[in-house]
Amino acid sequence: MAEKKLDYMNIPAEKFEFVNHGERISDKAFEDKPIGYFKDAWIRFCKNKASVVALVIIVFVVLYAFLMPIFNTTVDPTFLASYYDRMAPRHTALREYGIMDGGVNRNFSEVSLLTKVGIGVGAADYEGKGDKSVKDGLESEYQPMLNVGNVIEKATGRRNKGKEIIDRTYPGRIDTYLELGFMYQSIQQSELKNIQAWEEETGLKVLYPLVEANEYNPAVGTTEEANIWYKANKSYVPMITGDNGKVKALESPFYSADLVIEDNYKRDGEGNPIYWEYTGGGSHETAQLKIRVLYYNYYYYQNGHEPNYLFGTDSQGYDLSLRMADGIKLSLLVAVCVSVINFIIGAMWGAVSGYYGGTTDIVMQRITDILGGVPFMVVATLFQIHLATKVGAIPSLLFAFVVTGWLGTAARVRTQFYRFKNQEYIMAARTLGARDRRIIWKHIFPNSLGTLITSSALVIPGVINQESMLSYLGIVKLGTSDATSLGTLLSDASKIWTDHPHLMIFPALVLSLLMICFNLFGNGLRDAFNPSLRGVEE
Amino acid sequence: MSDKGRMFKYILKRLFLMIFTLFIITAIMFVLIKLLPRELPMEKVKREVMEARWRALGHYDPIPVQFGIYLKNIFTKLDFGTSWYIEYNQPALEVLTKRLLPTVLVNLYSLIFSIPIGLALGILAAVKKNKWQDSLISTLVMVFVSVPSYVYAFIVQYTFYFKLDWLPVGMYALADAGNSYWTWKMFTSMILPILSLSFGEIAGLCRFTRAELTETLTSDYMLLARTKGLSRSQATVRHAMKNAMVPILPMLISSFIGILGGSMIIEGVFSIPGVGRLYIQSIQQLDYDVFMTDGIFYTFIGLLASIVVDISYGFIDPRIRMGEK
Repeated sequence: MAEKKLDYMNIPAEKFEFVNHGERISDKAFEDKPIGYFKDAWIRFCKNKASVVALVIIVFVVLYAFLMPIFNTTVDPTFLASYYDRMAPRHTALREYGIMDGGVNRNFSEVSLLTKVGIGVGAADYEGKGDKSVKDGLESEYQPMLNVGNVIEKATGRRNKGKEIIDRTYPGRIDTYLELGFMYQSIQQSELKNIQAWEEETGLKVLYPLVEANEYNPAVGTTEEANIWYKANKSYVPMITGDNGKVKALESPFYSADLVIEDNYKRDGEGNPIYWEYTGGGSHETAQLKIRVLYYNYYYYQNGHEPNYLFGTDSQGYDLSLRMADGIKLSLLVAVCVSVINFIIGAMWGAVSGYYGGTTDIVMQRITDILGGVPFMVVATLFQIHLATKVGAIPSLLFAFVVTGWLGTAARVRTQFYRFKNQEYIMAARTLGARDRRIIWKHIFPNSLGTLITSSALVIPGVINQESMLSYLGIVKLGTSDATSLGTLLSDASKIWTDHPHLMIFPALVLSLLMICFNLFGNGLRDAFNPSLRGVEE
Repeated sequence: MSDKGRMFKYILKRLFLMIFTLFIITAIMFVLIKLLPRELPMEKVKREVMEARWRALGHYDPIPVQFGIYLKNIFTKLDFGTSWYIEYNQPALEVLTKRLLPTVLVNLYSLIFSIPIGLALGILAAVKKNKWQDSLISTLVMVFVSVPSYVYAFIVQYTFYFKLDWLPVGMYALADAGNSYWTWKMFTSMILPILSLSFGEIAGLCRFTRAELTETLTSDYMLLARTKGLSRSQATVRHAMKNAMVPILPMLISSFIGILGGSMIIEGVFSIPGVGRLYIQSIQQLDYDVFMTDGIFYTFIGLLASIVVDISYGFIDPRIRMGEK
């Protein structure tokens, strides 16, 4: 085996070969993409179905809040329809299908049913002929009664002129928008021209005949009760001219489809109904004219569209869908601002406190202890009383949230700093001459970021809850034309919600939805960022 | 130093810190409230009575002097000022203490009602983790924890008062229910507020119990207990439950202290004459002394709860030694 042994001392030159000469040696690129901390968190977040759904819903709600005022071009956000307040949801297109018909269910007495049906009869008879029956009125598109149920008769046991009085109740559903019916308006000559031009153009009727003061009920025709266009007595029971020419009140039961009630329109010498009359004012331009309008069409004329309120209107007559968009915007604005500000303050405070430790830490801890004892409610109240008039309700609300809100973040950051500050890589950085600031922000802080983001995400529902609670309790007073809160809407509704449940249902639903979704989202985020759960599911 | 000595020292330290904190917060609140404008009523008699009282409290002196008088009155006479608008010329403290009983009753009933249910549901969810019972309970808990309490208030009012007409819409006035908070009639009128308070309470407790119990159920000593031959239920009750109770009990204790504070919203919605409603009233009517007293009261409760919770850990869990460095 001796000849096989290589002579290492004398290897011939040609046997030498340069390895990788002039060629770079580098690692091969990874076949798959690297998964960083945030990417990993995102992947795990996406696996949590509930959180993803919650995120989608949040996105929808946010989109609603910001896009609703843009796409709802028919109604200006500050538009106030004071006659149409507390109206039920209504949409002209959906009304055909029986949803969002602006209706409420109610029981009507015979007289009140006739006054409501009478609106439709009067609207059908815009020529003032007085020949339309109840049946014609029910077919009119301005008929407020959406349906009338069968009469429920109940004997009262009382007697009048030997006849027993029977209490008649008609269950029915009424369109609250059309229920308003007719209304007197005072306008100028030019306005009248405009209305007439508009009537011509659209074929819709705004102007209806004026009503004569009634000999049996002098108030009718002069007051705002523009809906009693027929002959009626003081309790609005219709009157008819009997065979002997004597006018008397109809006797119950008088409601039937064939009933034709006698009109009481103001007429000129030739018997034509009068549509306007001069009430005062000087020259031709400034002269005031009194007209009787069908408010539904008058609204159409004034605003260029029919009243379409997807969620109805609030107690002041604002469009509830826009008010809710305002409320959501405010809640989100406050929540995001608070969590960002608290995050920054808490991070700085906790970093200094946790990094330096010792006396600094003890002093800072005592300060947070004292601040932590302050009840939030008291702070919020005092800030509102002191600052609301000076800087506005929303900034002072923000201040109140910031005063004690950052304590939680600070405590968490402090713990994280205690955990990391004695680890080897920090020691290495310090040995290499890194300054404190660099170590805090470049080395320790990024490591604790995941935990902190998570805790901030759960701050948002808390802030939304407290904000709506404060405005609900009236401690924060919001309710101007351009800013409101879901809490304020609910607090307004709380007094009248038994009659107008939609005022309560929609804001409560949106608020609850926001809270649920943010909580779910926050929980998903927490699980996703929690390093100890990494790879557990696989 | 012995354990007891250390514990005693720790409690003393905490108490001292609590009094110090309470003092500082009171001082800040006092100054902030004093800075607000206040007016004398137009009516002559009331004006004289009120002004005499103001003089006695040093209203025309500098604020530090006023604060001194305020503190002196508190320590010597337990005098927290006077209510003028909520109850004319009544001591503020009396106005507050009179309202404690309804608040405590409603909240206590609600706690008694919700603790067993919350614990039971939490235990069920933890034992049946990742089964359908757990998913159902967890989903419901998520919903009930998130929905604000006044939404429940309206739901129960709508169902039980407006639709079914079984229960009254709010709490009866004292005179209507036999001049006592302990009558059956009074209790029935408290059912709706108790219910609306309980939903959130049950959900919160259930979530907490489930989290703690799932953690102890997966720990190593459970494995050991099973290896020793304990059945699953034995191990759960004797080992997991016992250890899960360590954080749960202090939480329950703190909620028992929290019942003193009451809920402003629920008391407002159901017109319960309690402490929370008093707070709102004092803001609306600018009854500053009552507001101040209520504020101190809330601060005190908060501080007390945190101390009691921290100390109770030491009593409940022998492994935790208080005040140890």
